[in-house]
Amino acid sequence: MNFDPIILTLILVTPLAGAILLALIPEREDSSNGGESIDSKRHAIGALVITLLTLLLTLHLPAHFNYHAAPHTYQFEQNLPWISSPAIRYHLGVDGLSMWLIVLAGFLAPMGVLASWNAVQRRTRLFYTLFLLQQVAMLGIFVALDLFLYYGFWELSLVPMTLLIATFGRTENRRRAAIKFFLYAFIPSAILLVAILWLYNLTGTFDLPALQALAGAHQIAASPTALLLCSIAFLAAFAVKVPIFPLHGWLQDAVTEAPTAAVMVLAGKLGLYSILRFSFGIFADQSRHVAPLLIALGAIGIVYGSLIALIRTDLKKLAAFSTLAHVSFVVLGIFTFTVLGMDGGIFQILNESLIGAAFFLLLGLLYERYGTYEMRDYGGLAARHPWMATMFVVTSLAAVGLPMLNGFVGEFLILSGTMQSVVIHHVLWTTLGATGVIFGAGYMLWMIQRVFYGLPGVRTEEVQGWDLCGREHLELWPFAALFLIMGIASPLWMRAIDTYGAPTATANVPSGASPSAKITIQIHSAPAVADSSLARNSNITHLTDIRREVR
Amino acid sequence: MSTNLLTLLPELILTLTAVLVMLLEPLLAAGASRKPLGWLAILGSVGSGVAALYQLRAVHALGPLTGFYGTIQVDAFSIFFHLLIASIVVTTLLASLDYFPPDQVSHAGEYFALVLFGATGMMFMTSSVELLMVFIGLEISSISTYILAGFRKGRATASESALKYFLLGSFATAFFLYGIALCFGATGSTAIAAIGAGMAVTKTPLFGWLAVGMVLIGLGFKVSAAPFHVWTPDVYQGAPAPVVGLMSTAPKAAAFAVLLRFLFEAAPTDRHHWAPLIAILAVASMTIGNLGALLQSDAKRLLAYSSIAHAGYLLVAFTAPEPLAVSAACFYTAAYAAMNVGAFVVLTQLSGFSERLRTIDDLTGLALRRPGLSAFMAFFLLSLIGIPFTGGFFGKFYVFSAAVRSGYTWLAIVGLANSGLACFYYLRLLTALYARPTADTVGDSPTPRGISVPAGLALIATAAATLLLGILPNRILSLTQRAAPATVAQCPMQR
Repeated sequence: MNFDPIILTLILVTPLAGAILLALIPEREDSSNGGESIDSKRHAIGALVITLLTLLLTLHLPAHFNYHAAPHTYQFEQNLPWISSPAIRYHLGVDGLSMWLIVLAGFLAPMGVLASWNAVQRRTRLFYTLFLLQQVAMLGIFVALDLFLYYGFWELSLVPMTLLIATFGRTENRRRAAIKFFLYAFIPSAILLVAILWLYNLTGTFDLPALQALAGAHQIAASPTALLLCSIAFLAAFAVKVPIFPLHGWLQDAVTEAPTAAVMVLAGKLGLYSILRFSFGIFADQSRHVAPLLIALGAIGIVYGSLIALIRTDLKKLAAFSTLAHVSFVVLGIFTFTVLGMDGGIFQILNESLIGAAFFLLLGLLYERYGTYEMRDYGGLAARHPWMATMFVVTSLAAVGLPMLNGFVGEFLILSGTMQSVVIHHVLWTTLGATGVIFGAGYMLWMIQRVFYGLPGVRTEEVQGWDLCGREHLELWPFAALFLIMGIASPLWMRAIDTYGAPTATANVPSGASPSAKITIQIHSAPAVADSSLARNSNITHLTDIRREVR
Repeated sequence: MSTNLLTLLPELILTLTAVLVMLLEPLLAAGASRKPLGWLAILGSVGSGVAALYQLRAVHALGPLTGFYGTIQVDAFSIFFHLLIASIVVTTLLASLDYFPPDQVSHAGEYFALVLFGATGMMFMTSSVELLMVFIGLEISSISTYILAGFRKGRATASESALKYFLLGSFATAFFLYGIALCFGATGSTAIAAIGAGMAVTKTPLFGWLAVGMVLIGLGFKVSAAPFHVWTPDVYQGAPAPVVGLMSTAPKAAAFAVLLRFLFEAAPTDRHHWAPLIAILAVASMTIGNLGALLQSDAKRLLAYSSIAHAGYLLVAFTAPEPLAVSAACFYTAAYAAMNVGAFVVLTQLSGFSERLRTIDDLTGLALRRPGLSAFMAFFLLSLIGIPFTGGFFGKFYVFSAAVRSGYTWLAIVGLANSGLACFYYLRLLTALYARPTADTVGDSPTPRGISVPAGLALIATAAATLLLGILPNRILSLTQRAAPATVAQCPMQR
């Protein structure tokens, strides 16, 4: 049976049906665990089954993906009329950009459930229902090709997250953090809605491929200024969600408060994907116009995030700012509009999400044992928890970009992509941004040193922790394995990413950089990256693609 | 059946049922439950809804029906509002059936009758195309709601509520009447179609302008648009919760219907002259409503300010050209009715007649005690915020897209920024529902009773309506689009 036309709907419906099902199953108090009465595990088990099922369904996509499809086309499409006037369609589809992100979202969900297994013991029904709804909204964002439908999922994604933070947050500050998170995201989204309506008024369609075609042929009848403002409205809404440097005010509070499973999916991929899909898709020229600004903000974000992370002693706050630095790296990469930068940026979204998720997961494990995120309370844990220390080190090394691990590939491609940029000040900003790699290594290794080595801390002397248990091994090994596989076999992912990255980076090349000039740049840069066989591999893919393009 | 009777069929059914309820009431023993009367009233309002559907069939076949010398016109537009008002009334009655405690039950019969009389007036407003008839409908509906507002007798807030509503309401009605007089002065007629024709050739256009202003003030009061909103929070706070659900939606729907007909059919010259005025009212209502709500701790007052803001969003639709404006405004009215009545049904069920649980602090941690009720409340609040896949979102969507399409992009930006502001207070309530209870809140209140079955029905109906309006708006949208030209047929007036 051919699942292709309905697979995306299945991917959306499975967690939705699961959420409804879990909401209907009553909670049962289970008082077998000592005197404390806690919920039985039935909701957790249900959520795990559903998320694993979703993961299986998402794996259908890479298995049946057509790598030779024409650029700017979508696969596994489903396109049904929904509302006749205004013309809104139920249009889903996948391309090289979104495919691995969907699998990533599918992968992180069961990990999130496992991470909450013991961490969430009360109101499990509410927790897992919201968690699955969040999953629906995220997957919806990745597959929606109708602007209206996309906007629906985009707004919807705020609600479960807000409630998760407000209800399951760590400190008394949780409700404030939740409202802050919601307002930060909602107000720019409201402006985004105006921009979408304005665009609809001009073109009469919400359909992304149609809009892309119109924009590509410069057939949207509006003044350049109006279009630029419209593109900025899009970009601003997405930038808050990423977050890009001056718009990161919500991040620290939300990260500090949110439960582990929620924080694993909080930042990064939704916003970055939206920029790539909608800002670059519809406003290719305008995005190039504002690119210098965004490159500067990206570089500043890297340095700023890293410097703040250096002085934070609260582990979650440190993680929040390291997230800011990492997503800024992606911003730096994609806005160079070079093939290397674009591909590296997209690859780095995957890396950042995985590394961030693993890092937050590990922090959650520490918190379960010792009940604090304060670095000064820790110390000397490596002797007691060798496995956990190993996992922390592996994750940190992936984050700082050790060769052979995935972080290296992404960062290397991004930096080499920006260095190739024809604009001189891009190179200057990249030089600034590259210092972030050093700071990044600084705060991560420093953190490891303080938590795992040295003298035992106050808290670690008081409380007797335990090393990883079976379930926790099950959570962490897939991450560690992926770090390594994505580090040495990146073309496996690059192949799909490149079908999106290369055409997007080279399409509508602004005057001054003809396609042939691009190729020269690519070829000249080839020896420079020769020392990395992986990067060269992916580079060759680019070259063949570009040649095809030119022909 | 004569056309005259057919045009007033839903109103007639309501009136007869209300009279019947009044007549049967004394037959019941003093302490006996008044629930049978409530069911009778529900039956009557369902009957009026069915009658409206019957009218729709006739309109479908014959075109707009007129009656009583052209003062009543039944068309898709009026039938839409009839159906809406009938649904609101049915929901309110369902929620009120178990609202009265045993010691207050003696007034329940009057209550049901008054709700029906009020609904009669509102329906009458939407099908009248003659301003004096509109005025009669307005008075019938207003007087009933004045009484209903003070129904929790013996409480200071209830008396304040009724008195304030009555005094300011009468004041506003006078403005409306003055507007009618000025229309007559300018054009020599009080029929909407004749006014529209007369305004084009009148020798005293100033009268026309003043008339528009006066009518705007009068109806602006009824829909609680700023700056005519000051009564709203106090009245809503003191009135019984099911009545607030009713009067924050049904009379407003009727007033908006009149405003639509008046502005698009009777107002002088084209809309570009009065649309900016409406835009100012809209901005003021949205901003004042939302800013006011930020500071509220009482759930009913909060929803009162939110209803001011929603009146502002609705007014945004009036800046568009006629078909667009009418269909957007109709849709928004329906969506707002579903979610707001739903929210008030939840409040009705929280602590019943005593309304002990009033403030946001009282509601903290409600989800632990009553997960079902909290889930409903959360859903209605999300719809009020305008989260996609709810009626509230589509309502905002149509209203603001109407504004963008008619060149009022700035108004859409102000409106949507306002809806961002509004999240703050809705979320305060929403997150409180799901927060952990603190010692002195809902935690140590006596175990609340369950949801009564009719109220449960009302909740399910409003939630289903809110959801359907958000997911499959096609059906209702096609009805509003059919209602779209609110054109009043030019009938020979017999004076």
